[in-house]
Amino acid sequence: MNYSSLIIVLLILLGGGYLLGRNKARAIANQGMTLHSLPTHYGALVALWTGLPPLLLLIIWSLFEQQVVDHLLVAQLPQQIQAGSSADIQLAISKVHNLASGTGLSASPELQPAVKHLQALESRTSMLHTGLILALALLGLAVTWRRVQNTLRARSEVERMVRYMLFASSGIAVLTTLGILASVLYEAWMFFGKVSIIEFLFGTSWSPQIALRADQSGSSGSFGAVPLFVGTLLISMIAMFIAVPVGLMSAIYLSEYATSRIRSFAKPALEILAGIPTVVYGFFAALTVAPVIRGIGESWGLDVSSESALAAGLVMGIMIIPFVSSLSDDVINAVPQSLRDGSYGLGATRSETVRQVVIPAALPGIVGAVMLAVSRAIGETMIVAMAAGLAANLTFNPLDSVTTVTVQIVTLLVGDQEFDSPKTLAAFALGLVLFLVTLVLNFVALKIVQKYREQYD
Amino acid sequence: MSIIENHQTHGAPFSDSPKLTARNVGVYYGDKQAIFDVSLDIGANEVIALIGPSGCGKSTFLRCLNRMNDTIDICRVTGDIELDKENIYDPKMDVVPLRARVGMVFQKPNPFPKSIYDNIAYGPRIHGLAHSRVELDEIVEKSLQRAGLWSEVKDRLHAPGTGLSGGQQQRLCIARTIAVDPEVILMDEPCSALDPIATAKIEELIDELRENYTIAIVTHSMQQAARVSQRTAYFHLGQLIEVNPTDQVFTTPEHALTEAYITGRFG
Amino acid sequence: MTNTSMTTREKVEHSMKRRRAAESRFRLYGMASVLFGLLCLVVLFGDILSKGGSAFTQTFIETEIQLDGDYLGLDASSSDQDVRNANFSGLVKKHFRAMVNPDGRKERRQLYSLISAGAAWQLQSEVIADRSLIGSSLRIDLLADDDVDQWFKHDRGHEGEHSRLSELQLQWLNTWVDEGALKTRFNTRFFTNGDSREPELAGIHGAIKGTFLTLLVTFLLSFPIGVAAAIYLEEFAPKNKITEFVEININNLAAVPSITFGLLGLAIFINIFGVARSTPLVGGLVLTLMTLPTIIISGRAAIKAVPPSIREAAFGLGASKMQVVFHHVLPLALPGMLTGTIIGMAQALGETAPLLMIGMVAFVVDVPGFINDPSTVLPVQIFLWSDSPERAFTERTSGAIIVLLGFLIVMNTAAVMLRRRLERRW
Repeated sequence: MNYSSLIIVLLILLGGGYLLGRNKARAIANQGMTLHSLPTHYGALVALWTGLPPLLLLIIWSLFEQQVVDHLLVAQLPQQIQAGSSADIQLAISKVHNLASGTGLSASPELQPAVKHLQALESRTSMLHTGLILALALLGLAVTWRRVQNTLRARSEVERMVRYMLFASSGIAVLTTLGILASVLYEAWMFFGKVSIIEFLFGTSWSPQIALRADQSGSSGSFGAVPLFVGTLLISMIAMFIAVPVGLMSAIYLSEYATSRIRSFAKPALEILAGIPTVVYGFFAALTVAPVIRGIGESWGLDVSSESALAAGLVMGIMIIPFVSSLSDDVINAVPQSLRDGSYGLGATRSETVRQVVIPAALPGIVGAVMLAVSRAIGETMIVAMAAGLAANLTFNPLDSVTTVTVQIVTLLVGDQEFDSPKTLAAFALGLVLFLVTLVLNFVALKIVQKYREQYD
Repeated sequence: MSIIENHQTHGAPFSDSPKLTARNVGVYYGDKQAIFDVSLDIGANEVIALIGPSGCGKSTFLRCLNRMNDTIDICRVTGDIELDKENIYDPKMDVVPLRARVGMVFQKPNPFPKSIYDNIAYGPRIHGLAHSRVELDEIVEKSLQRAGLWSEVKDRLHAPGTGLSGGQQQRLCIARTIAVDPEVILMDEPCSALDPIATAKIEELIDELRENYTIAIVTHSMQQAARVSQRTAYFHLGQLIEVNPTDQVFTTPEHALTEAYITGRFG
Repeated sequence: MTNTSMTTREKVEHSMKRRRAAESRFRLYGMASVLFGLLCLVVLFGDILSKGGSAFTQTFIETEIQLDGDYLGLDASSSDQDVRNANFSGLVKKHFRAMVNPDGRKERRQLYSLISAGAAWQLQSEVIADRSLIGSSLRIDLLADDDVDQWFKHDRGHEGEHSRLSELQLQWLNTWVDEGALKTRFNTRFFTNGDSREPELAGIHGAIKGTFLTLLVTFLLSFPIGVAAAIYLEEFAPKNKITEFVEININNLAAVPSITFGLLGLAIFINIFGVARSTPLVGGLVLTLMTLPTIIISGRAAIKAVPPSIREAAFGLGASKMQVVFHHVLPLALPGMLTGTIIGMAQALGETAPLLMIGMVAFVVDVPGFINDPSTVLPVQIFLWSDSPERAFTERTSGAIIVLLGFLIVMNTAAVMLRRRLERRW
């Protein structure tokens, strides 16, 4: 049975379980016995036990099925393939899958035993799978239905189960963090087994191209990530150079000067900038801004790269303006009115009040906001992937082409990869650096902002 | 609508040597009128107390006197208010020098998140009152002394102002106001957030300040009005009911509402 | 000048000129900042619209073509399979050869390059629909090649060096223009086709379907999980270290670069669990993890906004905690949670980077049917097309961006309207 019909059958069983449980409880109540809970609670309890365990089994099964099947297949492959590299084995296995499903192009007689085995295996596992899941559902239904008695504390039991489900949902966020950490840590660990961590962090030459054949010369690949760090820093700095003053001044103008009519128009308009997908900014940077900057530079006699850091940084800055301005706006509004009144009461002008009272009072919050914006700039991918270059130049010249950590991750991982080459693993090492840096920035920034809020609460 | 006929204030709202004169002042928040046709003089070097039940408009009226209400978008003021015969609501009038002349102390102490020294020096700095560090030091010391805070803080002038006790903070705010050398000081319930000992100190201070400044104080406490002021104005539902010398208001009030209030029938 | 001789009032007046100037300068900076932001918005939208507006029209060559049954080897009783195998492409070439009589192989090739490969498919599908056309002559608008399309829409009148067309080709085209054979029509293929290497045949149908399926997976997973997590954290979680840890975690996750979610998807979903690459399923899983923090945070805010009096009233009637939450708090908080979910979905809709990691950059011609078919999504399609050198692809990229922005505007407007309704209630 395929997934959708299996799920429909499960849903029918679940509904049936609910009705059976509720009706049994009603029948007990009609005999004059007092139920501990409402009949619907008994129904819900039966339904939960009917639906939940098979659902869990279904998820676990589908997560691991592929691997178990592949593992069993490897044994059926010809000896010489089994002895080959993991990439060869993977290739053969995907061929077997294609042949078995009838979409394979090339007939490969040496794979025939594996194909037959797979077809047999698939029909067998499919039956086993359906059978097991339905059996589990029926078992849950039957056992719980039998337990329906007037003394069964159905409501508390249902509530406890729901509570566990709610708890599990909130745990997914933690699992996500752990998942990210585990995946980047493991792969990065493998990478540092091949390339020294010192070279990675302090080396100044980055060219991850690995020789295709062992006898090719001069292409062992070098993984010194300093040019990437510098490039990331350069573009982020350009972006901050735009976003912080413009964002902060916009927030000040809108919260301290603008009439409510202007505010109600300009604020949402600026926030539209934040809602535009980054891929759109990337397109804008690569096809509109970069040529314009190049043109201006050339008219001044400057040599501007067509993938200049300036173009990417500028557009990234525009993207971050609303981010800075809405965070600063929150922070500025948290400064109590009484401080402004105190300053106005002494005869200060608006700008004096803003510069000498409001901004100093809001400073921790603003610092937090800027840190969050920096973290955002460092992690931004699409703008740089489309508008910045691939050449790992170690330079601080904004008119040159530089590359960033995120660009390299994308470049290394997009397209076909062999899984344990240093080239692929390097992407995860870069991911680890990116994750740790942004995590620290976010963590510290959120702490600062939180402390700041508490100060005025 | 009107409690008193034609908004005619009882007693003696006018003064022979007025510093501030308010004539037919009305205040609106959007469509809602908060102050009705108030006319009142504040005499030079007197302390006038504005009393009345909560929401009677006494604070709103006080905030008109240095145009603090300008900071509220929807607030609109009608009528005339003159400071030394100069209309402060004249479109050509700049609020900045006005507020330097008419200072204000608020209900809750609101020291800036700066050092004690910088809190006091803030006003003189922005107004360019001192041309050297020495001059500024002098102003700071003199202001703190007049506010009776000098001996308590002279060893920690560079500690944050927010670290002081509530009463000290409020005296710091008064010192901050004095540092600009204003002509009038408006005080909006300056003691409502303070304990009795701190309150006594502030009241003492107000009495001393009377020599050099004209003071208008909004207060919730009738005892305080009686202790610090020479004249008392009673507000009720946005109207000025009665103005008389303080002794008279508290012994033989002219209007029945004033009497009801001071005898504690509502508050 | 002696200071001491000046009264305070004079000093204040004296400072005013400088301060008024500083005040208006500061105000100007503020205004300039806001205007700069708004200007960026206008330029961005103007740029995309001016580049992409023309993607919605397509140039056709109107002609009357003889569907020669002998040449095609077809008659009224031919099967669909026969029609598919027939040489329509040769017929088209023959037809245009007869029109302009090119001289030699080189000229012939120049002529053929003016007509899209799609022209033959157009004829083919006409014949499949109506076999009686065979042997008759058919008046039809045939698809022009993308170079012709660009020339006709943009360069005609001011011939410049940027046209990729030769003198001879331009001569032919100008004759057709004079005859009124070249014309533009609404570009339906842009909305009905999947991706293609030929710009005039490339469309966003596949990407839109992929986006829809991906977002469907995202919504089905992230909404219930997000709401459940928000309820747990706001109503049930004990105030202890574990809860605090979970909260910090969620807040941090909301600010983690999206690309790291792609790394997780690649390393865990694809390499460990063997979920198929390039599918809406794996894309949806990754985007679920990414949007969960947004939904949880807004969900908690919505629950917090439910007045405590409602809870107290329900408790007062003897309801259990669970009953209070599910019968009273949740229905009231739901609009707020939906608002947050729509915003989260809008974010997911525009997200590109993590999807690159999990293979959604594959060149997919077929429109995906279900969540386990290889597919791409709209933003990734934009990324792919923006890399193509053809001018026509730049135009189509902008066109796709307009469609994407259109979806985003609809979603955000819905969120704003929902929020308005919500605010009116309390």
